[in-house]
Amino acid sequence: MKLSGAEIVVQFLQDEGVEYIFGYPGGAVLHIYDAIFRQDNVRHILVRHEQGAVHAADGYARATGKPGVALVTSGPGATNAVTGIATAFMDSIPMVVLTGQVATPFIGSDAFQEVDAVGITRPCVKHNFLVKNLDDLIPTLKKAFYIATTGRPGPVVVDVPKDITDPNIKISYEYPETIEMRSYQPTVKGHSGQINRAVDLILSAKRPMIYSGGGVVLGDASDELIAFTRALGYPITNTLMGLGAYPATDPQFVGMLGMHGTYEANMGMHESDVLIAIGARFDDRVTGDVKKFCPDARIIHIDIDPSSISKNVRVDVPIVGDIKHVLGDMNKVIKAHKNKPDAAALKQWWSRIDTWRDKDCLRYDRNSALIKPQYVIEQLYQATSGDAYITSDVGQHQMFAAQFYKFDKPRRWINSGGLGTMGFGLPAALGVQLAHKDATVACVTGEASIQMCIQELSTAMQYMLPIKVINLNNRYMGMVRQWQEMFYESRYSHSYLDALPDFMKLAESYGHVGMRIENPKDVEAAMKEAFAMKDRLVFLDFITDQTENVYPMIAAGKGHHEMHERELA
Amino acid sequence: MRHIISLLMENEAGALSRVAGLFSARGYNIESLTVAPTEDPSLSRMTIVTRGSEEVIEQITKQLNKLIDVVKLADISDGGHLERELMLIKVRADSPELRDETKRVTDIFNGRVLDVTDETYVIELTGTGDKLDAFIKALDEKCIIETVRSGSTGISRGERALHA
Repeated sequence: MKLSGAEIVVQFLQDEGVEYIFGYPGGAVLHIYDAIFRQDNVRHILVRHEQGAVHAADGYARATGKPGVALVTSGPGATNAVTGIATAFMDSIPMVVLTGQVATPFIGSDAFQEVDAVGITRPCVKHNFLVKNLDDLIPTLKKAFYIATTGRPGPVVVDVPKDITDPNIKISYEYPETIEMRSYQPTVKGHSGQINRAVDLILSAKRPMIYSGGGVVLGDASDELIAFTRALGYPITNTLMGLGAYPATDPQFVGMLGMHGTYEANMGMHESDVLIAIGARFDDRVTGDVKKFCPDARIIHIDIDPSSISKNVRVDVPIVGDIKHVLGDMNKVIKAHKNKPDAAALKQWWSRIDTWRDKDCLRYDRNSALIKPQYVIEQLYQATSGDAYITSDVGQHQMFAAQFYKFDKPRRWINSGGLGTMGFGLPAALGVQLAHKDATVACVTGEASIQMCIQELSTAMQYMLPIKVINLNNRYMGMVRQWQEMFYESRYSHSYLDALPDFMKLAESYGHVGMRIENPKDVEAAMKEAFAMKDRLVFLDFITDQTENVYPMIAAGKGHHEMHERELA
Repeated sequence: MRHIISLLMENEAGALSRVAGLFSARGYNIESLTVAPTEDPSLSRMTIVTRGSEEVIEQITKQLNKLIDVVKLADISDGGHLERELMLIKVRADSPELRDETKRVTDIFNGRVLDVTDETYVIELTGTGDKLDAFIKALDEKCIIETVRSGSTGISRGERALHA
């Protein structure tokens, strides 16, 4: 079969099993758009801004585990995509981003809409390519998907000059089933000696803690993690990115850890004697001050990326490998081991954890005359029976959602954890809803974040995506305001949002349903009403308490045992 | 500690900037970096001289290994190795005394005079960085017009080798 470069791109995506391309057309990619027009197999979703395209592809990838695909034009198309690419990179999301480029003879001439996309994206991609010859196009596309989806996943950019997609130049096309790369062979199986050492240490623990992260979600190793944790009877905490990998409603789950983690999770970390880190990367928001981190613990770290091991915190037993394989092997070793967990020590440890739990660190004022954001999330949880896909933006609302929505399944909690990208939530929700047409999808956001990508309400209308937008509107950049209150003597420098739009009317002008909720007693009914509208996007603008802060909190430079707690009358 | 990291990478456009970008993005030191294709034109061999604590060097080697284009990597300063650097130095040689003295010092250091004019010599010298430094010190500072150094390259002694 003889195809042009543009036709190859589209045919390849189809053969690779790609359902959706999220994109925005422009000069350098018009040949590809013409090839898209002439087929029905790969569906193109037209966004309103390239950042939205990449976030939507990202949301799709997070909700399915399959690579997201975005297509943007050269120049501003590529630069607008950068925030999305960096977001996916920080959270290790498999993604292929095709960027148009000016024709090869013009590269380097400062041509119209030319940027060095490979140069600009280099620090925030797993890898990137500039296709200089048509003959390289097919193997490059194959490599891009292979690299994006194997090992520690990540975004791969393929920069395609316009002349490579010339409809008049055709070459023979055959889909390559596999590709070999001598320079890239990710480790899958963990070292058996290390696994045995780790299990010996795990079974000798008196005060163990399992700390699991986004790697378990990315590696589809939730089942193995549950089997591992239940067989041991040990407490488990999840990172922000790991929520849902272990069911939040399970009694062994002690909540999220880190800066806004629970008291029991952080104290459990601090007093643990054996820490089992699984697919987590000891991020600064998790560890607090590394000098005070888990002072008594010997640390086991399982990760697919060798460079994550001993990067921030020195570990005692490193295991490099795919989490699913390593945990599967560990579960067998534990079963066959002559030792069992120390039941007496564990009983004592759990009773200590229970005293921390009794503090009820997430408590808040339930009698407030103003809507508390925590209450909205609790009502969201009720209205969706805990079974929705929740995307979020970045700030207080993100932390409230992480704390109060009890995720029982992986891939349900979709947020920008690493880069912390405001504007992520709504476009990500587009990708999630497209991936799971019949699922309930809600975007938890705030009036500041939502305005960073609000144009995607138009995309949601075009494709009839019935997302529920939960806008926690406190008229402040809440997290900025909280830090200014705590660390800048309440000097609220530029954290107040004046001249906000009427979100209800704004949603309506996009063709959606808008609701404004100002009284706590109306929250429950509004949720019910909104979620009953199965085929409509509903924008729920909750006017919340402006003074509410996220607690508990570990301030920067503090240890897990030095939490700020909420003081209630 | 000073380390010499030797690596084989795909001879692709942009490969060098991936390495250089990694060092600047993560704040690692580069003392010198040399690169050229090998006997297999699809591969480049790079030698990076860097400094850092054991933890930093461990991260550097891990991060370099993580680059998709990197095929193999070794810290050759871990074991017996040879290290060489090339220097070309242009010096003023405009009097018989200066010409004699410069030639004598060059001979002592096993250097070669590559170019001669009425006013100047260009001298070629290879060796370890220390030897090149010593040669520069041995010359009269006022006579040095310019120096060009390649940065160090190195190779392990004995059977140890980097293969694709």
